[in-house]
Amino acid sequence: MMNIENTEPTIVAFCCHYCAYAAADLAGSSRLQYPPNVRIIRTPCTGRLEVDFFMKAFENGADGVLVAGCEEGSCHFKEGNLLAKRRVNYTRKLLSEAGLEAERLRMVNIGAADAQKFAEHVREMVETVRKLGPARLKKATNQG
Amino acid sequence: MIVAERKSIPELVEILKAHKKILVLGCGTCVTVCLAGGEREVSIISSALRIASKVQGLGFEIDEFVIERQCDNIFIEQAAEAIQKCDAVLSLGCGAGVQAIAERYPQKPVYAGLNTAFLGILEERGVWAEKCAACGSCVLDKYGGICPVTRCAKHMLNGPCGGSREDRCEVRPDRPCAWQLIYTRLKGIGQLDRLKQIESPKNWRSSLSGGPRVIIREDHRI
Repeated sequence: MMNIENTEPTIVAFCCHYCAYAAADLAGSSRLQYPPNVRIIRTPCTGRLEVDFFMKAFENGADGVLVAGCEEGSCHFKEGNLLAKRRVNYTRKLLSEAGLEAERLRMVNIGAADAQKFAEHVREMVETVRKLGPARLKKATNQG
Repeated sequence: MIVAERKSIPELVEILKAHKKILVLGCGTCVTVCLAGGEREVSIISSALRIASKVQGLGFEIDEFVIERQCDNIFIEQAAEAIQKCDAVLSLGCGAGVQAIAERYPQKPVYAGLNTAFLGILEERGVWAEKCAACGSCVLDKYGGICPVTRCAKHMLNGPCGGSREDRCEVRPDRPCAWQLIYTRLKGIGQLDRLKQIESPKNWRSSLSGGPRVIIREDHRI
């Protein structure tokens, strides 16, 4: 995964099909501005995401990972977003242990109509990661 | 099953830092079920080590491999090529698995990536609880199938200590009092009279107190 420019952070955003992805779609249709650093991956539910997904995203060059699920209590699959929250927390701990800032991984909850909120979360995430600087894990294949 | 949990990444880094080519070797049996050393955990821990290596400039080259059972030579053979190629093996098997690999490859450093904790079962999703101390002389028949040696914090064999509160253990209030469980269970199966029998002190020679244990079955030897 390559950066747009060397100085620009790359953010991978895992977005739930039922909420955050719709919000991102709406943000686009509404011509809302948000940084182009984000690479959106649609997931059927954030509950589908596992620790390994986040680790691989960082290993393959993401400077930050945003997990965007439904608001708590309104998951299409009842509790997928709550499962994701626990996995995100576990991964943050693991990243810290490995020496990478936990702030690079963040979970947010967005309703399908919250296009504005989606744009804000992306802006905040990009800002956080920009302050932290690049993760410098790009092209991390077998060689560490 | 044997229940284990992973060591922290800083601990693993400390253990592995003298090596470059590292094989993270998983086991497909007990530690897969307790989510500590199976295929998924091998992938996650390898990723974490690669990230740690990049961030800290350790120069690790991490390979991954999983075999069905690390405590069995037949399966260890399947990892032969991967083990030959590496400088050191980080085994995500239980303590028996780590030692089986080390015995098979006397010239290869083999390290434990997990802390092997106990023999237990999955109590609920994400919760494993100890059920057996492998004491070598099972008393479960006397206590309605609930082990006081393992599940009573004080290993009481002749009734409760008197310290439990609301059916909870005095030592670990997050766990049930084993003697309350034994009483309820024996009552349920109509064997309460078993509790009238006085148990003599346990003979611990069949446990680790008698040194490392070996079971020999002459009928199976070649």
